[in-house]
Amino acid sequence: MDAYLSLWETYGGQMLSTFWTNLQLTFWAAIASFLLGTLLALMRISPVPSLRWAGAAYVNIFRNTPLTIILTFGVLVLFGVFRVTLASDFNLNFFRIAIIGLTIYHAAFFCEAIRSGVNTVPLGQAEAARAIGLSFLPAARIVILPQAFRGAIAPIGNVLIALIKNSTVATAGSVAEISGTMKVMMEFRPDVGIPIFLTVAVFFVIVVLPVGMLTTYLSKKLAVAR
Amino acid sequence: MSGSVLFDAPGPRARRRILIANILGVVAVLALLAWVVKVLADFGQLDAAKWSSFAQSGTWENYLLPGLVNTLKSAAIAIIASLVFGLVFGMGRLAQNKLVNGVSSVIVEFFRAVPVLLMMIFFWIFFGRMGIVPSGDAPFVAVVLALTLYNGSVVAELVRSGVHGLPKGQREAGIAIGLTRGQSLRLIEIPQALVAMMPALLGQFVVILKDSALGAIINYNELLFSGRLVGTGNANVFQALVVVAAIFILINFALTYLAQWVSTRVARRRAKASATEDDGSDDIGLVMPEGPGITTPRK
Repeated sequence: MDAYLSLWETYGGQMLSTFWTNLQLTFWAAIASFLLGTLLALMRISPVPSLRWAGAAYVNIFRNTPLTIILTFGVLVLFGVFRVTLASDFNLNFFRIAIIGLTIYHAAFFCEAIRSGVNTVPLGQAEAARAIGLSFLPAARIVILPQAFRGAIAPIGNVLIALIKNSTVATAGSVAEISGTMKVMMEFRPDVGIPIFLTVAVFFVIVVLPVGMLTTYLSKKLAVAR
Repeated sequence: MSGSVLFDAPGPRARRRILIANILGVVAVLALLAWVVKVLADFGQLDAAKWSSFAQSGTWENYLLPGLVNTLKSAAIAIIASLVFGLVFGMGRLAQNKLVNGVSSVIVEFFRAVPVLLMMIFFWIFFGRMGIVPSGDAPFVAVVLALTLYNGSVVAELVRSGVHGLPKGQREAGIAIGLTRGQSLRLIEIPQALVAMMPALLGQFVVILKDSALGAIINYNELLFSGRLVGTGNANVFQALVVVAAIFILINFALTYLAQWVSTRVARRRAKASATEDDGSDDIGLVMPEGPGITTPRK
């Protein structure tokens, strides 16, 4: 018990600050990938073949690429080869590159989640929208997407939870986040290895479970009654 | 399917607009590709010298192929182990016994909520330091164990939702012919649920294969790890990562196609078996379970 408490004295602040980094990564990547995912979903359901093809190609490529490769690519290639600099500060630069990597990967999953929501919208809604003279974009904006988002809350919640957990992979992109802290703690204090793991795991359980419950609740509450 | 929701046979004016948008789309995509090619060329990344190491057999024999074998090895063992884990705990969550049910629920929910990478790092250092496994094997054991615990928990949820998706009459018939609840679960419900969950299961295999690349972070010498070695050794990291990503994408494509094929087979089978039952075979339903994380049971 004393060993565990001394652990908090030494690493407590570092654990909390690096976990805060994970939450920040999640926050920005969630916003960006939701927007990109919506755009991709619009492309994939549009009547324009070339846009449909481009959207499908994007999703199929990035959904099947390991996230670890994308984030490694960010640090070794974007930064290492192409000298991409998004901030003069070294760490902030890696942080932003990691957000881009997380966004590129999760946008493909947000796109599929939103598209699954579009599939819950009955054909009659689109037909009615056309019948009152709306063309593709107005029909999508006013009639289809609002219903689609409501039908897609559960899958969107799943992608969000995956994003929270996947923010740990940013360690492959040289970002100082919680899994790196845990590695350091494990190496210096293997005597309390199991408590260390459980502590960090609980951080995630505390964040993930409420998000899961909230999206389940919202998906029921906001479900379009049909 | 989703394409037909928003529009139907367009008239002459809409056709013209679509044609214009189509041309603009093609131009935009080509412009993006041209820009990428130009940037690559400016940085000398398209030079033959940068790619030539992938035409040498040594690169493949000494690095990429052993790496691929290790990736496939860890993924294959994790797939089998997570099936076993999933069946055991899926049945545990369906059990009548409150204790068995509660313990299974806690285990499944816990391992679904914890990032796979955290488990890998934990098992890697813990096993290595405690001497539970030889330190050379620690990364491999950690990768397989972490993948098994997470994906096994997802499979457990698939089993549970698969059984919940069956018509109630199946269990009632089982009990009517004198089976116990457990026997009816094992002999009647689980076999049918397994067939129904095949597409989602194959989708989960894609997740396992992709997540096995996390092993590179804990020094397991799998495909990404060996690709990085090639890249840093020959100063062609970009090319190495592109080749490695292409290999992963090809294997995952094959698995996804298999899943789609199985999904249509299963849908046809179930449509024949019962016309009223929800067949759950829409291609979107297939997409989500292969998503990057947690799947909720579909009712």
